[in-house]
Amino acid sequence: MSRNRMFLLIGLAVALVIAGVISFYASSSPDGLEYTAGEKGFLDSARDSAAAGSPLADYGVAGVGNERLSVGLAGIIGVLVVLLLATLLTTVLKRRRTHEHTDQNATSETTSGS
Amino acid sequence: MHVPDGFLTAPVSVATGVVAAGGVALAIRGARKELDEKTAPMAGLVAAFIFATQMINFPVGAGTSGHLMGGVLAAVLVGPYTGALCVTVVLIVQALLFADGGLTALGTNIVLMALVTALGGWLIFRGLVKSLPKNRGGLLTASGIAALLSVPMAALAFVGLYVVGGAVGIDLGALTVTMLGVHVLIGLGEAAITVAVVGAVLSARPDLVCGARHLTTELTVRTSKAAS
Repeated sequence: MSRNRMFLLIGLAVALVIAGVISFYASSSPDGLEYTAGEKGFLDSARDSAAAGSPLADYGVAGVGNERLSVGLAGIIGVLVVLLLATLLTTVLKRRRTHEHTDQNATSETTSGS
Repeated sequence: MHVPDGFLTAPVSVATGVVAAGGVALAIRGARKELDEKTAPMAGLVAAFIFATQMINFPVGAGTSGHLMGGVLAAVLVGPYTGALCVTVVLIVQALLFADGGLTALGTNIVLMALVTALGGWLIFRGLVKSLPKNRGGLLTASGIAALLSVPMAALAFVGLYVVGGAVGIDLGALTVTMLGVHVLIGLGEAAITVAVVGAVLSARPDLVCGARHLTTELTVRTSKAAS
């Protein structure tokens, strides 16, 4: 296994443990913005997101009664979805390697042409 | 700091949506130069890691919590433009699947948490790197300070948007003080996590830290000296 692949797998394992296990112990207090909104009196202007009916809304899996399992599963699904989408995006955007490295035909053509 | 729907008026949400779209287009252009065979999968991992870490709300003072934003962390690891895209993907998935952050507020959240933190934080990081010692300590100090400042910067940007189009009229001075106070504390957590993660990656694979490009040769030389 290459060093890069090893690093990526270890990193992914860490992310899955954080989202799948440790997330259960996260603080459930309102976040900084929510707290401020409550203090300053504009919290009530918040409306439910149109995505509020999502089966993963509020980091739980709909229909899973066990809180620990529900949060953990939602976290794992989220990590994998983000990994997939972000990797797709960066793979599309990445610089193509120079012809010599990737395309043998192009290289030989260039060589024979010159 | 995921802004829900309704905090800001529709015109402001539309405007931030336009700014977010422009910013993301700019980031896509910049990321093309940053990404290669090695950094593309690394950036995917960084996005997944930020999603995971954002689930961990840590307590700050009484009855309040905060979590990593990750803009500076992503920028230092994979570059500012790619970093902004990583956080953008996280925010889109959170808004659509997890109902975290509003849908009409998605542009606002991208501006605050992806563009302000990753691009703004990167500018601070680069400025600090130039004036700090060119070593591990200097790099981590620059990452930590940039991460710390990026959170109140995003909070101030929110206040700025609220001044233009807050749903409810309130005392803006008091809003600024409370937002800044809470988010400086959250920024301390942001700095701690950013320094820990950048430090860990720097120890394992300094070549994978975009913000350490100026150090990599030096570190490699030192490692090979130590080995011989």
